[in-house]
Amino acid sequence: MSKARETFDQKLKDLRDNILHLGEIAEAAVGLAVQALKDQDEELARQVIAGDEEINDERYDLEEECLRLIATQQPTAGDLRAIVAAIHIVTELERMGDYASGIAELAIRLADKPHLKPLIDIPRMTKIDQEMIRASLEAYFKKDPDLAIETAKRDAEIDQLYDQIYRELLTYMLEDPKNIARATHLLWVAHKLERIADRVTNICERVIFMTTGEFQELSF
Amino acid sequence: MLTMDKIEIRNLRFYYDDFEALHSISMRIEERHITALIGPSGCGKSTFLRCINRMNDTIPGARIGGEILLDGRNIYAPDVDVVELRQRVGMVFQRPNPFPQSIYDNVAFGPRVLGLAHSGALDDLVEQSLRSAALWDDVKGKLNGSALDLSAGEQQRLCIARVLAVEPEIILMDEPCSALDPAATLQIEELMRKLRQHYTIIIVTHNMQQAARVSDCTGFFWLGDLVEYDETGKIFTRPAQKLTEDYVTGRMG
Repeated sequence: MSKARETFDQKLKDLRDNILHLGEIAEAAVGLAVQALKDQDEELARQVIAGDEEINDERYDLEEECLRLIATQQPTAGDLRAIVAAIHIVTELERMGDYASGIAELAIRLADKPHLKPLIDIPRMTKIDQEMIRASLEAYFKKDPDLAIETAKRDAEIDQLYDQIYRELLTYMLEDPKNIARATHLLWVAHKLERIADRVTNICERVIFMTTGEFQELSF
Repeated sequence: MLTMDKIEIRNLRFYYDDFEALHSISMRIEERHITALIGPSGCGKSTFLRCINRMNDTIPGARIGGEILLDGRNIYAPDVDVVELRQRVGMVFQRPNPFPQSIYDNVAFGPRVLGLAHSGALDDLVEQSLRSAALWDDVKGKLNGSALDLSAGEQQRLCIARVLAVEPEIILMDEPCSALDPAATLQIEELMRKLRQHYTIIIVTHNMQQAARVSDCTGFFWLGDLVEYDETGKIFTRPAQKLTEDYVTGRMG
């Protein structure tokens, strides 16, 4: 590649690096929120909630940078698609931060009561979510549409776990109405984890659009 | 299949002496569309444009191969009247080139030469042409004033009016805005969108944003080849060829 657009190339590279950084923060937040839930650690939960602000700020900074690049560099073709993809991806990552924050709030609500049951499937979902987030960002970084598709396919695992958790919590609720509050809160956690995987799928769709120019709905 | 191709170019080759400047170009240009030709300097896009009204005929050593069909008829056939061809295929150049005459006489020049209209009818034709070129309101009070007193943007619109006055079907534009400021450029672009309702327009431009804004289809030329030719939206968002991608993103050329 010639040096014809060295400055612009550097800005695109910075944008990409910053998105990866935002992705790391969002992924960590999800992990820590569930950690706080599991360990009934209110302090950690509050840190996750406070950290969401950083994610929000970073998202707006990146979106503004995208608008600046469009306005000043007149991007076309692959560059334009990369910037539009970036705008969407930062929105998805920001939303994941919100889910993490929401899980942390539920962790606080559940912190002073004994666990309904040992948490197994929720941490399992979380682990898959985190792997999916990392893989989607790797696909973004490497411009790899195949990896994006493979990553989105894992949404099926998440859906299956969510269904399993739902059915299990339902039995706890049927067994004893006193379980309903705690079971509902756990169900909300599971729902947020399920939504995170959907957000990852959206990122994967954006990676495909960015790399191939094709809009492809990924549902597995 | 019913096609509305105004122009069909078949295996067009063009030579300056032994140098082949265009390598077997084939493309179809739709009627009442704006087609933009982009590419770096020396890629052949202007040469190509000038083939369409045989402006290259006078260049010593110039030769042509292949065919350009206008409404199905080869414009390089021996019996084609070049004057008539150029009346049907008008041209607007890089720098506004009004004659050192009055505004009225500039527009009336073509119709007078071709005997298209006389006296009263000529006044109407001049007015109509100036209106179509979005210049009438600016010049209606000074039709006898010199064309050279107009601003560059007005002069270019006058040149467009001059082309329109001979009632062409196709307008070729070779970098029509390169000597104009941004405001005058946007006026010309708006004018092109209006003219598109009645005319087939082909524009050569170095300004890629202009091609993106104004045209329906875009052809990318590179070293005498037509690398890619497609809907403008596609060329600027997801071109099929790597070379096109590199060019429109400014990585090359």
